Amino acid sequence: MAVTGAALVLFLIGHMLGNLKIFLGADSFNHYADWLRTVGSPALPNRTLLTITEIVLVVCVVLHMWAAVSLARRAAKARPVKYAAKRKSQANGYATHTMRYGGVIIVLFVIWHLLDMTFGTVNPKGGDATPYDRMIAGFQPDRWWVALFYLVAMAMVGLHLRHGLWSAFQSLGLTRRPRVRSTLQTTAVAVSAVLVLGFVSAPVCILIGVVK
Amino acid sequence: MNLTLKIWRQNGSSDKGRMVTYRVEDVSPDMSFLEMLDVLNERLILEGDDPVAFDHDCREGICGMCGMVINGVAHGEQKLTTTCQLHMRHFKDGDVITIEPWRAAAFPVVKDLVVDRSAFDRIIQAGGFISVPAGSAPEAHSVPVPKADADAAFDAATCIGCGACVAACPNGSASLFTAAKITHLSLLPQGQPERESRARAMVEQMDAEGFGGCTNTGECTAVCPKGIPFDTIAQMNADYLKAASK
Repeated sequence: MAVTGAALVLFLIGHMLGNLKIFLGADSFNHYADWLRTVGSPALPNRTLLTITEIVLVVCVVLHMWAAVSLARRAAKARPVKYAAKRKSQANGYATHTMRYGGVIIVLFVIWHLLDMTFGTVNPKGGDATPYDRMIAGFQPDRWWVALFYLVAMAMVGLHLRHGLWSAFQSLGLTRRPRVRSTLQTTAVAVSAVLVLGFVSAPVCILIGVVK
Repeated sequence: MNLTLKIWRQNGSSDKGRMVTYRVEDVSPDMSFLEMLDVLNERLILEGDDPVAFDHDCREGICGMCGMVINGVAHGEQKLTTTCQLHMRHFKDGDVITIEPWRAAAFPVVKDLVVDRSAFDRIIQAGGFISVPAGSAPEAHSVPVPKADADAAFDAATCIGCGACVAACPNGSASLFTAAKITHLSLLPQGQPERESRARAMVEQMDAEGFGGCTNTGECTAVCPKGIPFDTIAQMNADYLKAASK
């Protein structure tokens, strides 16, 4: 869970930074998208970096989900008789309670996101348009519900990371001392917040017409 | 004050069990929760009924015998408190109180609110000890222990093994108990020779007993009557990872 999650977080950081290129204009954004396909060329065939990334991501997502499902199944087996009174949560961690359904929302979002931005199947401009045009068209005000879905999914990503990042530090045994623990707690909150703000900034600016 | 209790009654491990409602009248706010159950049981005995079975021993909050899930919270909502140290002044006249045993596959119900916690004993047997030559007590200053380590080890050592962590965990995990025992020994010089084999053996025994996996929800440490820190689970994970990577 921790190791695959860490790989996915590293990808998210790269993806978020790439998205911010939208603020530097169409040329910069399209050039960056092109560079991702041709990096290392001609020494390496086109799409080398992308293909490696895609394989690692798919493996990580599958292992991450497998780990989550096995934990849930173990939990069900460990408590065959449920409590009659509703178990009241005593630990104040809202994010912790969103992990399972939040993860499902994120997966559904990723599927939509790939159809929209990568394959262009559900994008108004289609798959042949430049990445910049696809992104601008995807978040126009008449498609406000797409932007809304995006914002909800990003909120879920934020909550997922808020618990997930800290939880990964704990699972890897890094939070053994109170001072380190509070530093890593703060790190988890800060990284989640920065990632969500970075991801949300582009669609919001397109929606309100700041980026055209 | 007058209370309505909904208590889990189960006559032995093969019985299916059910919730039974009782009225308890004239409860003093100065009574402990167990004394309130004593009042109910005395009445049940006079009426020729079977008294409610529950575990208890010292009634001072230090032995770890008592424990029940009160209104969905292990040992009740009062923080850092065992059931025996929970007083009726925290309840109001007319309250309906649901009382259930710890729920875990690894803690089978013996009768009513009594569960079999031998799984904890087997985790301790797997590695919760140090091997030292028997004999007279060694000179206290012969093995210096840094103050910070001694404090952290003592914090972990205050675990009374009541099982509230398992009862409260949404995954039914025994990680906090096992981690407390591992941390208590692994921070002290005396615990070093068996440090890695201990972590591996105790974690494997914990899994073999059928406890769930830890997802770091923090429910365990929130209900722990001794406030065992969550950091102990990180210590257990670190020791286990080190042992497993060899």
